[in-house]
Amino acid sequence: MSELLARAASGDRESAPVGYARVLGEGVDTSHGPILYLDDITVSFDGFRALNKLTLTIDVGELRCIIGPNGAGKTTMMDVITGKTRPDSGTAFFGQTIDLTRLSEPEIATAGIGRKFQKPTVFEPLSVFENLELAMKTDKRARHSLRAKLNSEARDRIAEMLARINLFDSAARLAGELSHGQKQWLEIGMLLMQEPQLLLLDEPVAGMTDHETAKTAELFVSLAGSHSLVVVEHDMDFVERLGGKVTVLHEGSVLAEGPLAEVQQDERVIEVYLGR
Amino acid sequence: MNAANPAVHPPSAAQLPVPGHGPLGPRGMAAVLVALFVLVVLVPVLNLAVPADSALHLSASTVALAGKIMCYMMVALAMNLIWGYTGILSLGHGLFFALGGYAMGMYLMRSIGREGVYQSDLPDFMVFLDWKELPWYWSFTEHFWYAALLAVLVPGVLALVFGFFAFRSRIKGVYFSIITQALTLAAMLLFFRNETGFGGNNGFTDFKRILGFSITAPETRATLFAISGAVLIAMLLFVRWLTGSKFGRILTAIRDAEPRVMFCGYQPLYYKLTVWTISAVMCGIAGALYVPQVGIINPGEMSPANSIEIAVWVALGGRATLLGPLFGAGIVNGAKSWFTQAFPDMWLFFLGALFIVATLWLPNGVVGLWQQLRSKWQANKEDAA
Ligand SMILES: Nc1ncnc2c1ncn2[C@@H]1O[C@H](COP(=O)(O)OP(=O)(O)OP(=O)(O)O)[C@@H](O)[C@H]1O
Ligand SMILES: [Mg+2]
Repeated sequence: MSELLARAASGDRESAPVGYARVLGEGVDTSHGPILYLDDITVSFDGFRALNKLTLTIDVGELRCIIGPNGAGKTTMMDVITGKTRPDSGTAFFGQTIDLTRLSEPEIATAGIGRKFQKPTVFEPLSVFENLELAMKTDKRARHSLRAKLNSEARDRIAEMLARINLFDSAARLAGELSHGQKQWLEIGMLLMQEPQLLLLDEPVAGMTDHETAKTAELFVSLAGSHSLVVVEHDMDFVERLGGKVTVLHEGSVLAEGPLAEVQQDERVIEVYLGR
Repeated sequence: MNAANPAVHPPSAAQLPVPGHGPLGPRGMAAVLVALFVLVVLVPVLNLAVPADSALHLSASTVALAGKIMCYMMVALAMNLIWGYTGILSLGHGLFFALGGYAMGMYLMRSIGREGVYQSDLPDFMVFLDWKELPWYWSFTEHFWYAALLAVLVPGVLALVFGFFAFRSRIKGVYFSIITQALTLAAMLLFFRNETGFGGNNGFTDFKRILGFSITAPETRATLFAISGAVLIAMLLFVRWLTGSKFGRILTAIRDAEPRVMFCGYQPLYYKLTVWTISAVMCGIAGALYVPQVGIINPGEMSPANSIEIAVWVALGGRATLLGPLFGAGIVNGAKSWFTQAFPDMWLFFLGALFIVATLWLPNGVVGLWQQLRSKWQANKEDAA
């Protein structure tokens, strides 16, 4: 306590709370309507349409699952939302005001969209702790990183996250030494450290044990409401556990949408999955 | 804070590691600094204070060689920042080194005064070309401070402008390496031309004095050596600080997973540009210290092979290790000076062999090998106990 007072009195900049400076205006405007709005998006690779007039909206606080056969365009859709791929036509809005097709990847991340890759991508030569440190929401400009120091509040937040993703005892280990499932969790932890409003999760439970999968489902369900989530998964048990609305993607457009049980009865969906 | 209210934060952050400490801890670092400091003091003393007939006496040429190698070590440190830590292989770092050298060389040429062969105010090569006055870009180069400023600014600004366009266009990997090779080659061809105003293929030489002191006097040489040593130590401390900072961890992250860095909200362009420019400036400073000790600078320093050799130093010493570049530059250049006296024809074969050995069997360089041997030795000791 006395330490706290001393810090307050000294006005030390280093121990001030982590900067919350943002490149864009504070937050996303979702006062009327969805958090994510994709309309008529088309993406072609050498004439092949990976996305074909895709239209999709995600509501605030929603947990949406996207399913679809290999090559349906699920990852490409995430590439468009996060600025990695520019659509040939169509509009992509984050809230009412943020045009995603005009922003760079870091700007989109700063605006509040976090993404987990299909192949777990963590910083392998850095420790688990350092991975979370780099992901944490703060001023991410080079100038700031040169002088950045972790204050105790930030360390506490990292500690909480480590406990939440079950990696507290591995904090000092290099991320490259983790198991596949642990890497997936670390990446999810990194995502949460960014404090995004919208999370895009591309096959988050691939390579996880049944136990890990169940815990991940629990985590996602607990995040829904305060966050909006878009989860791409092939594992139907997992999708069922999440319990949200399901969108079936096929050949770059939406084939069906609704609760899982309903979608699984849809004849076109059955044909896509079982037919040929 | 944490101890005051443990109920709020069940997992104690105090148990967590402190980020940014590599294998070389504070004690190892202190040992390295002491060793370097002793070297920097000892070499001039053995040269100046020990009589020439003593076995401990170091000749002037040994001092010059050691000073030269320290400048190469600075370049290796700079190369390691951009290649080892950030994963961007520059094959044009010789250019930044040479530009720093040329900037200092301009001052040294001006300080010759009228003692040149033609006894003119102009440098000899300009008289030879029948030029009547100094080109505009030689203005103020009679001032030491201005030349020192140029040695930093010219490589720095060139790197900043080149880097901005290259990194903004997301030029990466081997394409970046090839473009930097082309850049140094183009500069070499430009500097070979007499009309460029930098002495053509002869470059600058026959310097007489620096800041009023005779450039060949043993005391001047010893001083230049000591200054190089001090700058090398400062650069080593700087690299340690930079790579231990959050900025340094982001460089490593960019090297290994750039898309993840971007989706974390970092703009890699500015990180790359900053470290790239710092690296170029370090080379410029090294070049400026090199030229008065070696007594010559010519466009050969910009040859593509020179820049490739810098990469070999770092690869052999150990990429992304703090001390690897020092060992790499020291081993290769020590061997080079011995070979070029003993077996001049064999040097290039030896260098090639060294490179093959480093890439095939020493992925982490000699420092990596040493770390491996040490951990093996420790494991054996534990088994025995
Ligand atoms: N950069 C690219 N260049 C060319 N074709 C691409 C590119 N990226 C994706 N594609 C193609 O676009 C189609 C959609 O790919 P996408 O990765 O979005 O599918 P997906 O639904 O994520 O599949 P999976 O379930 O296998 O991950 C595929 O046929 C793929 O081959
Ligand atoms: Mg995919």
